[in-house]
Amino acid sequence: MEQALSDVRVLDLTHHIAGPYCTKLLADYGADVTKIEKPGEGDPARSMAPFFEDDPHPEKSGLFLHLNTSKRGITLNLKSETGKKIFKELVSGVDILVENFSPRVMPSLGLEYEKLESLNPKLVMTSISNFGQSGPYRDFKASELILYGMGGAMNETGMLDRYPLKKGGRVIQYQAGTIAAVASMLALLASRSQGIGQHVDVSIFESQMGTIDRRMSHLLTYQYNKETTYRPDPSEEPPGFPVGVYPCKDGFFHIAGGFVFWPRIAQMIGRPDLAADPAYSTPEGQREPENLERFSLMWYPWIVEHTKREIIEVGQAAGVLCGPVNTTEDLVNDPHWSVREFWADVDHPVTGKLTYPGAPFKMEETPWRVSRPAPLLGQHNEEVYGELGYSKEDLVVLREKGII
Amino acid sequence: MAKLPLEGIRVVDITVIYAGPFATMNLADWGAEVIRVESTKHFQVLTRGGMARPPQEIVSNPTRTGGLATYCNRDVTFRSWNRWTLFNAHARNKLGCTIDLTQPRGKELFKKLIQVSDVFLESNAPHVMENLGLTYDVLKEVNPRLIMLSMPGFGQYGPYKYYRSLGVHQECFIGHTFLRGYPDSDPSTTSTLFHADEASGATAAFAVLAALHYRDRTGKGQFINMAQAEATMPHLGEAIMDYTMNKRVQTSSGNRLPGAAPCGCYRCQGEDRWINITVTSDEEWEGLCRAMGEPQWTREERFSDSPSRDKHQDELDKLIEEWTIKENHYTLMYLLQREGVPAGPVIFEDDAYTDPHLKERGFFEELTHEECGTHLYPGLGWRMSKTPNNLRLPPVRLGEHNEYVYKQVLKVSDEEYRKLEKEGHIGMDYVPEIP
Repeated sequence: MEQALSDVRVLDLTHHIAGPYCTKLLADYGADVTKIEKPGEGDPARSMAPFFEDDPHPEKSGLFLHLNTSKRGITLNLKSETGKKIFKELVSGVDILVENFSPRVMPSLGLEYEKLESLNPKLVMTSISNFGQSGPYRDFKASELILYGMGGAMNETGMLDRYPLKKGGRVIQYQAGTIAAVASMLALLASRSQGIGQHVDVSIFESQMGTIDRRMSHLLTYQYNKETTYRPDPSEEPPGFPVGVYPCKDGFFHIAGGFVFWPRIAQMIGRPDLAADPAYSTPEGQREPENLERFSLMWYPWIVEHTKREIIEVGQAAGVLCGPVNTTEDLVNDPHWSVREFWADVDHPVTGKLTYPGAPFKMEETPWRVSRPAPLLGQHNEEVYGELGYSKEDLVVLREKGII
Repeated sequence: MAKLPLEGIRVVDITVIYAGPFATMNLADWGAEVIRVESTKHFQVLTRGGMARPPQEIVSNPTRTGGLATYCNRDVTFRSWNRWTLFNAHARNKLGCTIDLTQPRGKELFKKLIQVSDVFLESNAPHVMENLGLTYDVLKEVNPRLIMLSMPGFGQYGPYKYYRSLGVHQECFIGHTFLRGYPDSDPSTTSTLFHADEASGATAAFAVLAALHYRDRTGKGQFINMAQAEATMPHLGEAIMDYTMNKRVQTSSGNRLPGAAPCGCYRCQGEDRWINITVTSDEEWEGLCRAMGEPQWTREERFSDSPSRDKHQDELDKLIEEWTIKENHYTLMYLLQREGVPAGPVIFEDDAYTDPHLKERGFFEELTHEECGTHLYPGLGWRMSKTPNNLRLPPVRLGEHNEYVYKQVLKVSDEEYRKLEKEGHIGMDYVPEIP
């Protein structure tokens, strides 16, 4: 079956996480993505954990393998004149160029948008950077932690009596990559319909401030009411019950109850007789400390008797908003995702077959597909440079000069 | 002058709460005519507030300040649903109408709207569209070029199809909740998070654009089936791969990042103000030492190289905090960045509106809402050089564009419009029976 983006050509000058996730989205939905890496060491993600069998080998990083599916890989030294010349030849033939260097790098190589535009006026160039292509923080350094602290809602993540917390893993950069894919597609549509290329400026900082639900909502709360949002105070009772994470027989689960959902909670814990009790089903009732106490005497004995799976099954059957606090092991073995055929088995020449996260969405006409595993460093030099007209002999010379 | 990329694309939007509305916000921002279809007879909890008519006394006397559950000026005496921050944060640039989809006439009108639209996005639990009889199979008969995206939490099939969840529960199911938090504490102290909302919202916008691109090429519409949880799982790819490759179950490392030491959030001068610092090399460590004024302890053996600093992070954190606590969080950022050290303040809402970088880039933009007044709103998520853009319309009020949608888009006569008002399709207030 044809894929949605099978007529789209992408040159991928990205490394680490945000850029590669953007081009992975494009590649897995059919775009022809050619990833350029530095000769010798390649994308720094190649040296980031976790590694297959904990062997720190450049072809065994789980992070790199996950982020670079369906792409072809070449090496090119952009600091050499020949390298720049070849890069310009590549740029002339693509729809989209994605890069995530710090903003000074492309101009310092003489490869800024204005130069590339003259070679390919319809080119979409997407630049992803920490703080964007302009402004006083343009050249500041950042990390996953710093970007969440500045752009995201870190001020309210964690507990008030302790330090603010970041999110898990490196999700801020994945989110920026997703945003960059949206922006790139918008620019591509404009390029195809209006014949205009353009430079897309994705600031990870602003991608947090300007596209994240609670962050935007709380920024607006401040505008409307001058109220600042803080982390929950553990000494304060929550505004309703049961709300939040609770322990159970084999772990933890989250539940969003409160007075609105009380009749369903009553059903869930086998007390339908209390469904209409105003002590629990009204905001006033839920504010009375003695009602919370009475509730707790029913609630805790019930939850510690049940596993997270049991609780979720009973809760969901009663229409309660709830979920188990799963580990990655629970996740990978959860039957729901295998029934949906979410997981993708990808065969790779060095690691063999491994299970990867699969399609973020399913398009009925145009499937998601891992068309090839992440490229070995320089794996497609011959193929890609051959398409540009370079012979095997040319490539030998380029290799000797350290250009590829 | 170039047009916005989605000018001429009409999107029908019956999304709820956040993930879906955020997807359509990204389409509306860039030129699509997004029409929210709501009903005066159905109040979806959380989308436009906790209740349609919350008691003023409870809203005025919050147990705590800030947060999602807030109304403009904490005033709910008139149409509270147009003042809810969680809704108003994403509802700019959209149009809104009301149709009672439970009546046959409502379904007819809805199909007529689908007929003249390009995209239909919904994020309800799967039984909602099934019960209404407005599934893709039915709608594609009306409009074969239609792109429809459904994004329930767990997708359109599978054992959890009918599970009810918020973003916070997706987080739990997919393992994110377990992967974050204080490393010395259990998951009950991490506070809630909604990464699944923003991840699936952005991914849904991408999905629609990919489908539009395919339709431009082939003329074919299609159905896109998204599980919000699946759209978010790839964001945790390396933790998942660690399990599938090595059977290792990762746990939370708090604010620490592999290969960085020190790496943490340190208390600064003032009430609840903080700075994040991440040191990934000897050069950055030297920079940090210079910024701190080269105190004696930085020369100790236990901090002499990366592996040693990694091993003694807890002690390092205490010593660094003794320094940061005496300084302003922004001052520290400038001081550290000047020395080449990655650092940035934890930005609270009040900081954001005075942040010099956001100011210079013109991030916040002013909008005037008829019932809430004039305020600055968080602006666009990214910039495009040839299709420059600004926020255009204020957050849409319930039924605000009924006249336009019914008369211009659906070509309903004035007489029929009045009739539809009487039948309860058209209105700007939830019916009085809704508390």
